[in-house]
Amino acid sequence: MEIPRHWRLKKQRYALIGEVCPHCDAKIFPPRDVCPECHREAKDLFQFSGKGEIYSYTTIYEAPSGFDSNAPYTVALVKLSEGPMITAQLTDVDAAQVQIGMPVEMVTRKMRDDGDERGMIVYGYKFRPTLNHI
Amino acid sequence: MEHNSNMTPPSSPSLLRPSRPVGFIGYGAYVPRYRLPAREVARVWTGGKGAGLPIKEKAVPGLDEDVITMSIEAAKNAIARAGIDASELRAIWVGSESHPYAVKPTSTVVAEAIGASAHIQAGDWEFACKAGTEAIVAAMGFVGSGMADYALAIGMDTAQGKPGDALEYTAAAGGAAYIVGPAENALTVINASYSYVTDTPDFWRREYQKYPEHGVRFTGEPAYFHHITSSSKTLMEALGTTAKDYKWAVFHQPNTKFPQRAAQMLGFTPEQIAPGLLVPVIGNTYSGSSIIGLTAILDIAQPGDRILLASFGSGAGSDAFDLTVTDKILERQGKATKTQEYIARRTEIDYATYARMRGKITMK
Ligand SMILES: [Zn+2]
Repeated sequence: MEIPRHWRLKKQRYALIGEVCPHCDAKIFPPRDVCPECHREAKDLFQFSGKGEIYSYTTIYEAPSGFDSNAPYTVALVKLSEGPMITAQLTDVDAAQVQIGMPVEMVTRKMRDDGDERGMIVYGYKFRPTLNHI
Repeated sequence: MEHNSNMTPPSSPSLLRPSRPVGFIGYGAYVPRYRLPAREVARVWTGGKGAGLPIKEKAVPGLDEDVITMSIEAAKNAIARAGIDASELRAIWVGSESHPYAVKPTSTVVAEAIGASAHIQAGDWEFACKAGTEAIVAAMGFVGSGMADYALAIGMDTAQGKPGDALEYTAAAGGAAYIVGPAENALTVINASYSYVTDTPDFWRREYQKYPEHGVRFTGEPAYFHHITSSSKTLMEALGTTAKDYKWAVFHQPNTKFPQRAAQMLGFTPEQIAPGLLVPVIGNTYSGSSIIGLTAILDIAQPGDRILLASFGSGAGSDAFDLTVTDKILERQGKATKTQEYIARRTEIDYATYARMRGKITMK
């Protein structure tokens, strides 16, 4: 487990912080410092609302090591309401309930546990069916 | 039992009332999605013959949830209701007896995830089930002294009972977050608080032990009832109030009967405790228990409502609070998910699923 890498990715993983292009206002996630729309420099931080909808999904039954204690789980392509598309695990939902177009919202959850109960617990974003429409 | 001199209240009890008036600016609850019915525990351990189940069902955290993730959601709800930016928080304190790490603070992960500043106080509190209200008392002092404008206090637990033990029926997951701030911006003013503590051996868990132990003869009268009635009575006498002066009351809820009886002993009616009595449908959320009950009351409260809140923590102690709801409540109730909405989001599980989710099956 690479502790420094987890530490650097923390803001982006915990809080869905990306960037906004100062030239064309495109919202960027994950942050890459260059706007994918106008190809100019974009380094201004932007906090995403965490709301979006499911664009497509697949259910994982044979999970990779470190994630196996959570299997089965569903991974979705989520279209954020601000535009970007991101891949994320779904939570608090049964695989049979998942539908394309389902409104979802970001929550911070345990991504993986080093398994042996001795390592670091890694937290990050997942999406669940939206609880309310505030 | 013998009462030694330090158990009699001092002649002028030291109520906590900060020189700068304070209150709750925002509040937020969290209850996980899964429910384990008490009859399911009885089916496995007593062949369904459990006489008089202590609750209907309890809330169980998902595989990817713990006190950190649950605290983050409750904190976000509190911030949404407070209408402040997370960067304005000067302290983040989390009370729990199920912090995910033995050494490494819960509070710093919560602070980072909600977008708080790094230039703050952060720390984890422990006092069995009253760690959350102890954090609230500290926040009152912190804001009341004028050193800070906003402090976040959380009580959250993912409680575990030994398989088959009486506590397994009730040990549940959930809790609440409160932002303490100046009274002029509060949705509920904290008029005063008073605490009562003694060394009582009713419940404990030694380091490295997964499940707690309890001293059966000590849990009722000398622990729960003695401490809750001592803190509440002293507070009410000092303020010159009786049960009739309050619209609502909420007490720590280890099962359904204890808070009902404490209310009766203090002169409260079943109607006064009804909206905050959540234990039958979510279980005992330990550090979250009394304060998540308060969130359900605040969700329906009206300006002017006076509320008595009393926590209880084994070991033992009770913090009592006298609260008055302000007109700011109405515009803030709907700004985050309400407690009854979390309770209504309910997926029933069986004992086998519960055993897997709570790590009760050893795989190595
Ligand atoms: Zn651009």
